[in-house]
Amino acid sequence: MEILQGLLQGFQVAMSPTSLVMCCVGVVLGTIIGVLPGLGPSATIAMLLPLTLKLDPTGGMIMLSGIYYGAKYGGSTTSILLNVPGENSSIVTCIDGYQMARRGRAGAALGMAAIASFIAGTFGVVALMLVAPPLARVSLAFSAPEYFALMVLGLTMVVLLAGESLPKALLAMLGGLWIASIGTDLFTATSRFTFGRVELLGGIDFIIVAIGVFAIGEVLGSMEPAQPAAVLPVPRGLRNLMPTWDDMKRCRFAFANGSVLGFLIGCLPGAGSTIASFMSYGVEKAVSRHPEEFGKGAIEGVAAPEGANNAETGGALVPLLTLGIPSSSTTAILLAALVLWGFKPGPLFIQDQPQLFWGLVASMYIGNVLLLVLNLPMVALFAQLLKLPAYAMFPLILGVSVVGVYSNASSQFDLWLLAAFGLVGYIMRKLEFPTAPLVLGLVLGDQMEKALRQSLMMSQGHLSILFRPIPSVLLVLAALLLMVPLFKRFNALRLRVLDEEA
Amino acid sequence: MPPFARRGDFWSGVALAALGAYVVIQAHGWDYMGEDGPGPGFFPTWYGSAMIALSLWLVASTVMKPGAGGKRVSRGELARALGTWLAFVICIALMPVAGFLVAFALLAWFIVRFMAGKSHRLGFALGIGGSVLFYLVFELALGVGLPHGLFF
Repeated sequence: MEILQGLLQGFQVAMSPTSLVMCCVGVVLGTIIGVLPGLGPSATIAMLLPLTLKLDPTGGMIMLSGIYYGAKYGGSTTSILLNVPGENSSIVTCIDGYQMARRGRAGAALGMAAIASFIAGTFGVVALMLVAPPLARVSLAFSAPEYFALMVLGLTMVVLLAGESLPKALLAMLGGLWIASIGTDLFTATSRFTFGRVELLGGIDFIIVAIGVFAIGEVLGSMEPAQPAAVLPVPRGLRNLMPTWDDMKRCRFAFANGSVLGFLIGCLPGAGSTIASFMSYGVEKAVSRHPEEFGKGAIEGVAAPEGANNAETGGALVPLLTLGIPSSSTTAILLAALVLWGFKPGPLFIQDQPQLFWGLVASMYIGNVLLLVLNLPMVALFAQLLKLPAYAMFPLILGVSVVGVYSNASSQFDLWLLAAFGLVGYIMRKLEFPTAPLVLGLVLGDQMEKALRQSLMMSQGHLSILFRPIPSVLLVLAALLLMVPLFKRFNALRLRVLDEEA
Repeated sequence: MPPFARRGDFWSGVALAALGAYVVIQAHGWDYMGEDGPGPGFFPTWYGSAMIALSLWLVASTVMKPGAGGKRVSRGELARALGTWLAFVICIALMPVAGFLVAFALLAWFIVRFMAGKSHRLGFALGIGGSVLFYLVFELALGVGLPHGLFF
């Protein structure tokens, strides 16, 4: 009953003209950036965030979330048509989607991607609506030690899943913690790592780092090839965009698998949609009656990962809104947006901000319908965006980045920091350091230090406070997760020895 | 020069170890534990130490496996990326004098002309067109102030 009342209230908010416009703008922008390889939702949200701060928070959040899940829809387009993933989470879609296109079934693949995204995306929103409020009530039992342990767990999971090298991911995260501690210490008013600069006393704004590392770093990396990026060919003849009834029947399990797995993995801080899509693809192949068709154009190989990466969006909002823990770099930026608006995502968020929470949930229902309407008939049109040459796109991205940072505090110093973090982002890419842990370390670092120091104040410096039941479980989980790569390495070594012996 | 010294992982490990050492040294000058609990030096001491340990691990693993630990860098690619970055830095430096609109137009012209190898005409057209677009969308429509120079 409480949920229905909330949902009704949410639809009242989401159906207001402003919210509808924001939702439309968000999902259209999201779809466009999803189609464009190289420009992800995290960079776009980071760039647009300073501009949305002047808007009503509900409208702003509806728009930013629209970009987030809209990008997941759009990401499949280039994966299927060009074998180029528009988003990281669409990498798996390339495997069978592009093979379908080569066999003349691009329309069916694109249509199936949109339908699977709609079904799983809607499932994700329903699950968010049902799971978030009770989870929030449970998490009311959390105080400083529990939060500290939870943040350690969140960081640990991201570090594990961020890249191939664990030391590099951990170092990136520690770099984020260092940037987070630049500025004035709120407990003692001591200035830390400010290099004598007055501008650094207030710390470094998250936006500057995010735009620098994601957007500028991405542009610099894309400028490397000596040959200017060629105009990408847009395939013609996408007349039949709808999959057949037989295709739909074949994908029944893929819809369910993608929806459930995507949502559950999304709920785990740090897992992310790429893992969700890979896992659902693996499960689909494992249970399929035709596993031999996977990799050669199996339509289930498009439906499962596309469904999973959209259901993950709803799942990712559960820890973000009820615990204040972002599960990916994009949700980290959404968290920053909520904090900048003056909200405190956490156990009391739904209770304190019902209008924002339920408005967001309702807008996601509307957004999913809008995306289906957009994606089915307009796929061919969106594909035309691929014709925008890189030499026109990159200066625009640089310009929007400058405007985004400057509009925040009208500070020239911030622009210098933007250039510096752009270079850091580029160097990290070159050296294969994952950027997500840096951003998450920065977002969570401040809160983590605060929670740790509060915990130790409560216990007068005794670490025993971290061994209460909930923090103990969470810290043990974090330690186990950190050891997963060691187990994997040991197992790989064992298999290699067995192979050699055989 | 030994092979490992040509690897990015080696030098990034050295640089991060130095950063970690700087963090720990700085943190040493602040209270580690006060009467009310941990001081401002507490957290940096721990993550700075972890940074040193992990960086040394990265350096050691690169030295022990010189064949692994990163790809070789193409100087041409590096020059193009750093050239773009330098142009971006000059664009930022120009803003307090020339304003965003002029600085952006010059940056767009540089990228189109020198990075993409297109004509001056196209470069200027995209630069001026882009500046007009930014002015219309941000300054006029959204009311977002662009960086202003002495004249614009």
